[in-house]
Amino acid sequence: MPVLKVENLTKSFGRTHVLKGVSFDLCEGEVLSVIGSSGSGKTTLLRCINQLETANSGRIIVGGRMVFDSSSEKKLTKKEKRENQLQIGLVFQSFNLFPQYTALDNVTLALKSLAKNRTDFRKNRKQIHSEIEDKAKSILMRVGLSDKFYSYPCELSGGQQQRVSIARAMALEPKILFFDEPTSALDPELTGEILKVIRQLASDSMTMVIVTHEMAFAEAVSTKVIFMDDGVIESCGTPNEVFRENPSDRLKEFLRKYE
Amino acid sequence: MSFFEITLILFQGFLVTLRLFALTLLFSLPLGLIISFGSMSKFKLFSIPTKTFVWIIRGTPLMLQIIVVFYVPGMLFNYPIFKDDRFLAALITFVINYAAYFSEIYRGGIESVPKGQYEAGQVLGLTKTQTFFKVVLMQVVKHILPPISNEVITLVKDTSLIRVIAIVELINAAERFIAKEALLWPLFYTGVFYLAFCGILTLFFNFVEKKLDYYKT
Repeated sequence: MPVLKVENLTKSFGRTHVLKGVSFDLCEGEVLSVIGSSGSGKTTLLRCINQLETANSGRIIVGGRMVFDSSSEKKLTKKEKRENQLQIGLVFQSFNLFPQYTALDNVTLALKSLAKNRTDFRKNRKQIHSEIEDKAKSILMRVGLSDKFYSYPCELSGGQQQRVSIARAMALEPKILFFDEPTSALDPELTGEILKVIRQLASDSMTMVIVTHEMAFAEAVSTKVIFMDDGVIESCGTPNEVFRENPSDRLKEFLRKYE
Repeated sequence: MSFFEITLILFQGFLVTLRLFALTLLFSLPLGLIISFGSMSKFKLFSIPTKTFVWIIRGTPLMLQIIVVFYVPGMLFNYPIFKDDRFLAALITFVINYAAYFSEIYRGGIESVPKGQYEAGQVLGLTKTQTFFKVVLMQVVKHILPPISNEVITLVKDTSLIRVIAIVELINAAERFIAKEALLWPLFYTGVFYLAFCGILTLFFNFVEKKLDYYKT
């Protein structure tokens, strides 16, 4: 039973067809890397799956829940949409941390807001908040920021900021974690620390989808690779299949730019 | 008349100035936010009238607006609504005028918050309201503080315009000494009141800006 199922997804912005029918499955514990040149539709694919953009047609099923179905008349309520969205965590290319909050508050904000819906919130408010903070601290420790709980984003390096944003996404315990070019806004010397965190998550068998330009990393960390070209999946398979055994001409041409 | 007596009389006028200043801020700051939502609305039914309104208010002199609000209702209904309450006419005009300016400042502040902040709120499962109040608002406040302080300091001096409908505020109080006592210096002396008050406001805004300096957007 796949945790993510995408069927025949299309999306266009005006007259530009960005996705021209994309289908793939992802099973629990898999790490999928999506590669391809700029404008091939990688980021749009991620954004459609977690509902930051609405696709034009196709179906998306996440964790057994129908998240998007263009053939169905039924409209999802705002609450259902939010619940669907919470199944997927997203790490942005440009971090998008909340600048006015400390690293710890960035991680706890969503959890604290969600906790308000609990029936025992009023009675146990203090205890719930301290539990949330302990949880957030342990996640921040996992990404190697045990000494940065009370730092503001502007006091952190790009790599540290991106690790806070990974912690923020993980705190909600999503079924899948999406990374949208997580190292593209970073200096080359800082990308290593992010890749290390992702590698560690992979060994903890976190299900992940990573849009990336780091080819060596994609090959090393993923169980599955998708090469996108001009809005369609050009090749798909294990890293070995895609990169070594049977690379298509289009992929060879693309990979040449990275040598 | 002694210096002290004149100071006291001018101070009475200054109290009217202060009252207009405080009440204008009290009403126009929230009203401006409502107007800014109107002009940012996706529905043309809301945005076009609001934008036209802001254009008219910002495109005509405040002094003219005071005269219109004070005289026109009386001309239309043949009954002087503000006959006994000139101050109310002045206050209404100031609230509308300043709300229009504040609305544009708010709009600039809200639109300056990057789209990614809203998207981050969305993927973290926050509602739109939660995103606005917990994520966006503080950043807006930080952005708009310098233009707001500018506008507030302008307001201090704009209050002198209400003398066109013969309200005795600070300048008008001083002018009366010219006719009555042939004294010109009290008029110049009013500058000290304005300067002192604007000085206090400047210190206050510097203080608040410092308080918000702990983070950068």
